[in-house]
Amino acid sequence: MAKLENSLKNMVLSLTAITVIVGALLGYVASVTDEPIAQAAAAKQQNAIAAVVPVEGAQAGEAQKVVTANGEEAVIFPVTKDGQLVGHAVQAVSKNGFGGKITVMFGFDPEGTILGYNVLDCGGETPGLGAKMPDWFQKGAKGDVIGKNPKTNNLTVSKDEGEVDAITAATISSRAFCDAIAQAFGVLPVVEAAAEAQTSATKQAAGTSESVNEVAGE
Amino acid sequence: MSKLGIIINGIVKENPTFVLLLGMCPTLGTTSSALNGMSMGLATMAVLICANFVISCVKNLIPDKVHIPCYIVIIAGFVTIVQLLIKAYAPAVDEKLGLFIPLIVVNCIVLGRAESFAAKNGPLDSACDGIGIGIGFTLALTLLGLCRELLGAGTAFNMPVYPEQFGALTFVLAPGAFITLAYLSALFNKFIKK
Repeated sequence: MAKLENSLKNMVLSLTAITVIVGALLGYVASVTDEPIAQAAAAKQQNAIAAVVPVEGAQAGEAQKVVTANGEEAVIFPVTKDGQLVGHAVQAVSKNGFGGKITVMFGFDPEGTILGYNVLDCGGETPGLGAKMPDWFQKGAKGDVIGKNPKTNNLTVSKDEGEVDAITAATISSRAFCDAIAQAFGVLPVVEAAAEAQTSATKQAAGTSESVNEVAGE
Repeated sequence: MSKLGIIINGIVKENPTFVLLLGMCPTLGTTSSALNGMSMGLATMAVLICANFVISCVKNLIPDKVHIPCYIVIIAGFVTIVQLLIKAYAPAVDEKLGLFIPLIVVNCIVLGRAESFAAKNGPLDSACDGIGIGIGFTLALTLLGLCRELLGAGTAFNMPVYPEQFGALTFVLAPGAFITLAYLSALFNKFIKK
């Protein structure tokens, strides 16, 4: 078959036909994948909650959205087992990451002790440095924060006279992580009184971190 | 040229990464580990095969003056389908490559093969070209990712090979991508192009 000539009618027709067909196809695929995508997102959230509040058979309750001290939105999930509150999972954002925002989910027991954490997004952090965040602060690792309570422990990096070992050569990312702890802890329902003290501490941390270069920081 | 010849041509003689030097943005951006590189290569290959086949089928229905917008719409359609499928059935891959998948639309390999091959050859040959170029791209990205991962983080496909602190971090970062790519292209051309 010979190629269609370049008349206006042909051009309009072929371009229209192609966009309509592709559009219809996309609509169909989107309708098929809609549900699995929503399921995958929900499963990811459930897994994250289960990972940070490691209590066998616990159920995550209704999500509650609040605004933290730095103006970002945080989400709180009360975690219950047999009707008894066993802790909260708090998803908080710190704006002070090396490459922008980081999102971390923390698990707290009812007293505010950190049970676990799960970094949901640290995409802007440098691979090999700040991007070590998901492992660095876990139980038994160098910067272990598990089992500590922001109320009684000073959870800032050692450079800021805190007791958290910063990630080697990634002080800014580590400060952002500590900031995220503070943000999450600040909105924890049971410790509202402590929130104000945390707010002022956070502001100080935010002020110092911007002037330091991450790689040269250590 | 036989079908097999077309495929091998895409892998060796016209290897998109090492010989044609096309599609450098995803090549440099996604190869921080072997697995990332491979996933990106496979996603691109899926788009290449489908787009080449369809464009070759409809090439005579498209007037010359609007062929680029038409090709781009077809390519973008397939990329979006691949993206939706990855989101739905491989969320872990989506997390790593989410940003780069939509960029396959403007990957010059895909449009380049549509222009230089699919627009001049039959549907089956074009699909074979898509397979060949796709395999070539996937192999190149996997190799590049493997080298960077091995030198930078001391792992291969996420399995530890030697302790991480002996790795040269540069290789995981952007400069390492350029260095590794240059050395691999030089080696590839020395041994294969002759």
